[in-house]
Amino acid sequence: MADTPPSLYAAREPIFPRRVSGFFRKFKWWIMAVTLGIYYLLPWVRWDRGPNMPDQAVLADLAHRRFFFFWIEIWPHEFYFVAGLLIMAGLGLFLFTSALGRVWCGYACPQTVWTDLFLLVERRVEGDRNAQIRLWKSKWDARKWRLRITKWLIWLAISVATGGAWVFYFTDAPTLAVNLVTLNAPSVAYVSIAILTATTFVFGGFMREQVCIYMCPWPRIQAAMMDEGTLTVGYRTWRGEPRGKHRKGARAAAETRIATAYTETNLPEADQGTGDCIDCMACVNVCPMGIDIRDGQQMECITCALCIDACDEIMDKIGKPRGLIDYLSLEDVPPPKDDPARASWTPKPVWQHVLRPRSILYTALWSIIGIGLVVALFVRSDIELTVSPVRNPTFVMQSDGSIRNIYDVRLRNKSGDDRLFHLSLTSDETLRIGLEGTNTLSVLVPANETLLQRVYVTARQGDPAASADRTDLRLWVEDLTTNTRASVATLFNGTGE
Amino acid sequence: MSDPNGKKPVDDVTGTETTGHEWDGIEELNNPLPRWWLWCFYLTIIWGVGYTIAYPAWPMINGATEGLLGFSTRGEVTRDINAFREASAARDAQLVDADLTTLASTNPDLHRYAVSSGAAVFRNNCSQCHGSGAAGGKGYPNLLDDDWLWGGSHEAIAFTVRHGIRNETDDDARYSQMPAYGEFMEETEIAGLVEYVRSLSGMEYDAAMAEAVSETFADNCAACHGDAGMGDREQGAPNLTDAIWLYGGDRETLTETITYSRFGVMPPWGPPRLSEAQVQAVATYVHQLGGGETEAPAN
Repeated sequence: MADTPPSLYAAREPIFPRRVSGFFRKFKWWIMAVTLGIYYLLPWVRWDRGPNMPDQAVLADLAHRRFFFFWIEIWPHEFYFVAGLLIMAGLGLFLFTSALGRVWCGYACPQTVWTDLFLLVERRVEGDRNAQIRLWKSKWDARKWRLRITKWLIWLAISVATGGAWVFYFTDAPTLAVNLVTLNAPSVAYVSIAILTATTFVFGGFMREQVCIYMCPWPRIQAAMMDEGTLTVGYRTWRGEPRGKHRKGARAAAETRIATAYTETNLPEADQGTGDCIDCMACVNVCPMGIDIRDGQQMECITCALCIDACDEIMDKIGKPRGLIDYLSLEDVPPPKDDPARASWTPKPVWQHVLRPRSILYTALWSIIGIGLVVALFVRSDIELTVSPVRNPTFVMQSDGSIRNIYDVRLRNKSGDDRLFHLSLTSDETLRIGLEGTNTLSVLVPANETLLQRVYVTARQGDPAASADRTDLRLWVEDLTTNTRASVATLFNGTGE
Repeated sequence: MSDPNGKKPVDDVTGTETTGHEWDGIEELNNPLPRWWLWCFYLTIIWGVGYTIAYPAWPMINGATEGLLGFSTRGEVTRDINAFREASAARDAQLVDADLTTLASTNPDLHRYAVSSGAAVFRNNCSQCHGSGAAGGKGYPNLLDDDWLWGGSHEAIAFTVRHGIRNETDDDARYSQMPAYGEFMEETEIAGLVEYVRSLSGMEYDAAMAEAVSETFADNCAACHGDAGMGDREQGAPNLTDAIWLYGGDRETLTETITYSRFGVMPPWGPPRLSEAQVQAVATYVHQLGGGETEAPAN
């Protein structure tokens, strides 16, 4: 025995996932088509908002600090909508993970979707698993170079499109597209495209499962979200073990049983001596993570469900019921062989796995926040004001002995037209309102802009408000042409004597 | 643990290869890091070495190594300031020639620029005496109210900022001096004047004492403060009839003021201290704080 210690570093084992077909594969193609379609095409959807407004349906206008989503327009002070959406996204992740395990990882995560797309390209160019392995082992001859370069170029094209689509969300897409081609676009656009091209190319083409295993925190957090009742991709050990070679003749016997009553409850091991697993490695060969699902639930598994499709195909061929590998929960294990309860055991129905207190709680929280946001969206006015009382100093004594408070009022005109805003106040006491820079009580706020206006409220000498500690008042802003108005409650500080 | 069969040592429970390290029967499992992770680590080292060559890094006796790129944070700040100055040069030039009284309506953008840059100038240069909220303090005028010693129009404010008050350095500085009446008045006379002054602004006062010195007021005080005590902006003589007192309107403070006089000084802020554009900007800022006057100061 040589005394050289084992290496502390391991090279990546290349993974060549075999093509598979089936329900989940088809479902994943649909999800890929829809998500990528949305991602690449959404910036090009137009939405007429009238004059002076952008006509892009989804636009994060960082320069003007506006976010547009179809008919919704979010201003910076309404960032709580974004916060609310993030909370909903978090709760949604909790809900899906507690009920269905890592469905996000398996179906919707960009890393999974783009890797899937890159694998598709790889298969089209280099062939399926076996051809890929042969090519990998072969010398670097002209054919290998040709295939590799073809693959890389297609990957690169996808990556550039991915990075390119991203920047279109931040400015008018058609204009930017022209500028990008004529090299007139801002450098930040090119840098963003370059970075996203590089990450897409490297993560989708070469890092793949390494991103999930070593870079992503979610596989490690998921353990805290899942429990023994969570439905997740797994292997029915009690049905599959002990593994054995498929025997001829077993199929005919099995088929007659199917015709009568072969269910999961008719536990098969007694009939055959071996379990249903014939150790064909189909589940391992299709796995994009390069793991064996039969080893049990593991951190590397992204629950893409392709092994379910692969196994079902085999089970069909050998005449066994589907579902040796399936969405199942860890608690659904029949009692041991010598337990009489085994005969009458049935797995829990799916709805009992999904409808559990924690998933109901997550759904309820998710819905409450969602409803709150929708309500907030509809009660918004296109006139808004925020009032910051000037507290340095809290009041100013004028030469006639009256007490004046100053307020920095931000007036927001969220419409596409310049509008004249009229300011007024209501209060139990006699207070007068005045505006800086004008003798009137109206101020013109340009379209789609915020105007900072200094507002004065004065209490005459001897007025109760002048000597009171604090007086409640409400500042109103009104568009006299449309009669829409908004108000904010604030305070008037007296001398407090 | 060495293995007589030449096989790699394997942990029985997990089936994982071990490193061969063992402490009291506890073996270290070998879960190797991915090799690309090691490459990233080497890459950061190479990057780090390159960084210390390109940027200031190694501490020496008289400061750090300068780095090949010649980067310094001070240099960055200077560059930023210069870039800012360059960017605002055109607007500053416009502001110097602008008529501040009509600026808000004729050029709202420039007015906004003047207000916000004036606010910055104010906080850096004026707030030490007048307060960050411009509310002033005892002896330092409140710039938020409608009472002005030397005038509250744009022009008057800009002039005060430019030349200051009662300083020796600027010949154009506004200048006035109230005599210290303690040197040639009886204490009873001063006490009477205190009551007289209080009567002017409607405060509680002793009528008999005030009446006794009405002639003294006319002889000594009215020249500057006016017969009715309305003050005179030409001389910076405060209006004694209003509710605002720079030093205080109580008897003790008024006695002190009359006995020893007051001599508030403001340094000149015109060039070279502040640029002409900054003077214009800070005048615009102060004018819109609440007390700005629209018409030219009365003579």
